[in-house]
Amino acid sequence: MSTVVLLACTGLGLGALYFLVASGLSLIFGLMDVLNFAHGALLSVGAYAAWWAATDGGTGFWLAVVFGTVVGTAASVLLELALIRPLYVRPRDQILATVGVGLALPALLMGVWGSDARPFPQPAALSGTVGLLGATVPVNRFVLMAAALAVLVALRLFLARTRYGLIVRAGVEDRAMVTALGIDVRRAFTLVFAIGGAAASLGGALAGLYFGSVNPSQGTGLLIFAFVVVVMGGMGSVTGAAVASVGVGLVQQFANYYTAAGLGDLSVVVLLAVLLLVKPRGLTGRLA
Amino acid sequence: MSLLTVRDLRVVIDGLHILHGVELDVAATGVTALLGRNGAGKTTTVRAVMGLVPRTGTVTFDGADITGLPTHQVVRRGIGYAPEDRGVFAQLSVAENLRLAERDPDPAYDLVFELFPELKQRHRQAAGTLSGGQQQMVAIARTLLNGNRLVIADEPTKGLAPKIVTEVADVLARAAESVPVLLVEQNLALVRRIAGRCAVLADGRTAHQGDARALLADEDAARRLLGVGSHQPETTAPEGSSR
Repeated sequence: MSTVVLLACTGLGLGALYFLVASGLSLIFGLMDVLNFAHGALLSVGAYAAWWAATDGGTGFWLAVVFGTVVGTAASVLLELALIRPLYVRPRDQILATVGVGLALPALLMGVWGSDARPFPQPAALSGTVGLLGATVPVNRFVLMAAALAVLVALRLFLARTRYGLIVRAGVEDRAMVTALGIDVRRAFTLVFAIGGAAASLGGALAGLYFGSVNPSQGTGLLIFAFVVVVMGGMGSVTGAAVASVGVGLVQQFANYYTAAGLGDLSVVVLLAVLLLVKPRGLTGRLA
Repeated sequence: MSLLTVRDLRVVIDGLHILHGVELDVAATGVTALLGRNGAGKTTTVRAVMGLVPRTGTVTFDGADITGLPTHQVVRRGIGYAPEDRGVFAQLSVAENLRLAERDPDPAYDLVFELFPELKQRHRQAAGTLSGGQQQMVAIARTLLNGNRLVIADEPTKGLAPKIVTEVADVLARAAESVPVLLVEQNLALVRRIAGRCAVLADGRTAHQGDARALLADEDAARRLLGVGSHQPETTAPEGSSR
């Protein structure tokens, strides 16, 4: 029983991490048809910025997380304005540009700080464990779950209650028609990149807590599973991404433990294939 | 004096020449009809005016050259656009569809709900679950919410039941009392009823401009330009999309 609880909590923590990456990825693809292969690199930027603030900067953990999120958000906005925006009329070049940034940023991090994992300072309050149903679960699992839940609630409120949220939901359906109502949809593009970058870099900062260290290829590794989550959840659906994240995280953890290590990653891909065969449009039935 | 003037409008999409020099003058009052057989380039013409497809030539609106403007800025000059496929956001509610179209600080909801009381009743309903006629009402309502100086309606009666066609026609006729309308239409009975001037496209060019009723009364010209005898517009009008 205690093993099941621990695996479930670890799976949910990992799912939370996937959601932080996938939510932005899903919104960006749903609204703009941009496959942002640089999204994992944004996570790494957030992770390294937070790590730098917590070690060299000497700030506390929470301030480091905020700093990492701000830097990642800024990087994401810069990416949209400088590279994605001029290429909207050339979608193929746009994909290549994001692939390039997705390779270059981790290489840059590696060049500056080396390829070895750097230990991420754990605050005392979050490095302990709690007893839950007989299992000893690290606190950081719950921190990730809480962060993902907060981001999910905030995103849903943004989409449901604000004018820009309305523009994003409409844009996911029919971007051209949004402009034909007199709305400059490019502002929504930049905003969605900012939101996606913020969520991913928050995920990066918290990934340091979850894995105990940061390394340059962390983001790219997580990105693959985030893409699986986005396809499963339905492009452009934040709630779909949340459900799929939980599913992927849990399946991966349980399969890795009860079968051979590494089979968990494979089982996720199998899960995706089965889902696409049964429900070609993803969980939410939307192919935006 | 025309409100909207189109000169030598050309559109090439994927190497295909769709428009080869369209000329169009939209009168500053009443309904101007844009006619032509299917595939003549009517929808492409209005999409080009809106900046939704790459185009060359000159589009002048109220004396200003708007050819190079992006779509949202064309709209902000005061052009309301109800597209051929209605452009209604299926996942959004009726209220959200209307709210998205708000540009003026004081949108004309009174007018819209007076014309379409149904939309008020169905405020919270997802627009995708509306009937075709109701979706068309949403599309037209969005153009009437703001104080537009021109409304462009692309085949607003396409695919609608005859009773709804009459309803939509009444609304367009009433709207045209206060705002000029450019109406793309295949329903010649409707054109005869509400249009003043007309332009006829054929193979991506303007084949004729003049008074709408005079054209429809001239059986030879109507058959030559529109492929129909004007006395039997419904039975011989070709079917399908007019892209």
